[in-house]
Amino acid sequence: MLEKALSGSNRYWAWIFFLLAVIGVGCLAYMKQLNEGLGITGLSRDVSWGLYIGQFTFLVGVAASAVMLVIPYYLHDYKKFSKIVILGEFLAVSAVIMCVLFIMADMGQPMRVANILLHPTPGSIVFWDVVVLNGYLLLNIVIGWTTLGADRKGVKPPDWVKPLIYLSVPWAVSIHTVTAFLYAGIPGRHFWLTAVMAARFLASAFSGGPALLILLALLVRKFSKFDPGAEAIQAVGKIVTYAMFANVFLLGLEFFTAFYSNIPSHMHPFLYLYTGIDGHTKLVPFMWLSSILAVVSLAILVFPHLRKNENILAFACAILFISLWIDKGFGLIIGGFVPNMFEGITEYWPTFLETLITLGVWAMGFLVLTVLYKVAIAVREEDAAVEH
Amino acid sequence: MSMNRRQFLKLASASTILGVGAASVINNISNSSLEAAQIHPDPRSLKAKRWGFVVDVSKLTTEEDYQRCIDTCHDIHNVPNNPNPRHEVKWIWKDTYEHTFPNTAEDKIMNRELQEKNFLLFCNHCQNPACVRVCPTKATFKRESDGIVMQDMHRCIGCRFCMAACPFGARSFNYTDPRPNIKVENKEFPTRMIGVVEKCTACYERLAVGKQPACVEKSNGAIVFGDLEDPNSEVRKLIAEKYTIRRKPELGTQPSIYYVIGGGEHA
Repeated sequence: MLEKALSGSNRYWAWIFFLLAVIGVGCLAYMKQLNEGLGITGLSRDVSWGLYIGQFTFLVGVAASAVMLVIPYYLHDYKKFSKIVILGEFLAVSAVIMCVLFIMADMGQPMRVANILLHPTPGSIVFWDVVVLNGYLLLNIVIGWTTLGADRKGVKPPDWVKPLIYLSVPWAVSIHTVTAFLYAGIPGRHFWLTAVMAARFLASAFSGGPALLILLALLVRKFSKFDPGAEAIQAVGKIVTYAMFANVFLLGLEFFTAFYSNIPSHMHPFLYLYTGIDGHTKLVPFMWLSSILAVVSLAILVFPHLRKNENILAFACAILFISLWIDKGFGLIIGGFVPNMFEGITEYWPTFLETLITLGVWAMGFLVLTVLYKVAIAVREEDAAVEH
Repeated sequence: MSMNRRQFLKLASASTILGVGAASVINNISNSSLEAAQIHPDPRSLKAKRWGFVVDVSKLTTEEDYQRCIDTCHDIHNVPNNPNPRHEVKWIWKDTYEHTFPNTAEDKIMNRELQEKNFLLFCNHCQNPACVRVCPTKATFKRESDGIVMQDMHRCIGCRFCMAACPFGARSFNYTDPRPNIKVENKEFPTRMIGVVEKCTACYERLAVGKQPACVEKSNGAIVFGDLEDPNSEVRKLIAEKYTIRRKPELGTQPSIYYVIGGGEHA
């Protein structure tokens, strides 16, 4: 089926070569990092994780969100999702690949990364994250490819794929729970030491991921003859709305506990992020932008008649996605490190090279996504041609 | 026996996978037997069930007292002197009361002398080290024989999870190549490469030949080193006699450094 990605319009190839160029630039920047060390980034001894780990965390959520399509379609037999579900599965594949690349980009000694498997350490959450992420990648490739292949031949998917689909449901929850446990079990990082971390992760994942999917589905319909279905998009819009409310609610819980308890170490990260401490205010505008975008997106999404207009829906999904990206892809990680273990403040800001590497990984993810979507679209277009 | 190309490739790839797997297993077995045969502990080596430190900051009076301890450690362990504070590597350092005990720093009317006192900070060699718990490769591990939290810089993948987990900021990452920043290299101790984490390892290499940790030796009695599990050790006697505090005890890591504050008449 992969050969379908090898023929396309000029616009398709222009997009592919654009992505390859961004990947190329990212690779060059990464070569410099490999030679000179992570000193080329904005990281420091106080803020030792930054943009890379933020992107990783955010994208695990995007990957997990495929389950929001799998559950209605496969468990509740919601037929309207029959066409869109493959977009979710392939989005998960590209998101997990980006996660792995961001982890690699963050390693001080990437050549030694196999040590995680050579010296398996079940007490370390990283070990489990490697296991669940790779498992999830495999599950989605196998499920997506097999169901699409069956679709192409006009037959039902083989029986053995059903148990894998069911397995992918708890597995999706597990990848984001385990990722939350990376943070939520660390003594002394008060911003992360919260029992609702995994719940918050899932809520933000199940709103941000499907929001991106809506945008992708609208793009797919615009640029191809494949229509994921207007009703399906509306149904995903509902999922986005509910999950985003849950996410904002859970964030509110964090604020209550920190400020009503009045424990300084619990309040400080929030104060740093939203008001700044001692003139250190680098993140303040972004955190407020995130909050405002969250409120505006909800104010739009909560009204069904606004949501029904696809242009408005797309706008709401876009700002919601940006809001969550700032909150989880950036603020969440930095807030854990500021103030530092001595209640001192070292600010973090990514460097130019770090940004290029980050863009390169995103481009790699989009390349995988484009190729997979191209295949899916080609198969669906063929199907549509046969039906008519 | 005849086979077509497809069968041949299948067989070839399967046997390669098996071969590589078997080789690594055999390697592991032979390695461990070698290791066992090579260990002949030095009869002079110092032993304890759980090493610990008592740091009496009242005995650290001048700037020089602190610097002597820091310099000796950093010199013998080839700790690079990175001029960029964001990339600083430090095994032992001096810091204020406020930074050392941040949870008590909100007190505005406390003893001025104490508030202005500086402390010597290094790895706490915790009994329940959070850094060891999170390390995905066992590159950092607690030595069961004496409780020292070790760091294998050759196994470390540089994920920096230990830095996120350590509540005491005791770990440093080599953001740049450390070697150009070593003024005089001590050939007896390894240097490090880019991208690995390092920290105080309680001078395990000195203990093995019967010497006290270097900072202890240079501290003029301000730092006392001994077995926390031995009720008759000097550290235990000091802890029994004097009022001592540990950093962030509420986190349950059980730090092995006890600070004696000393100071005024009523302290």
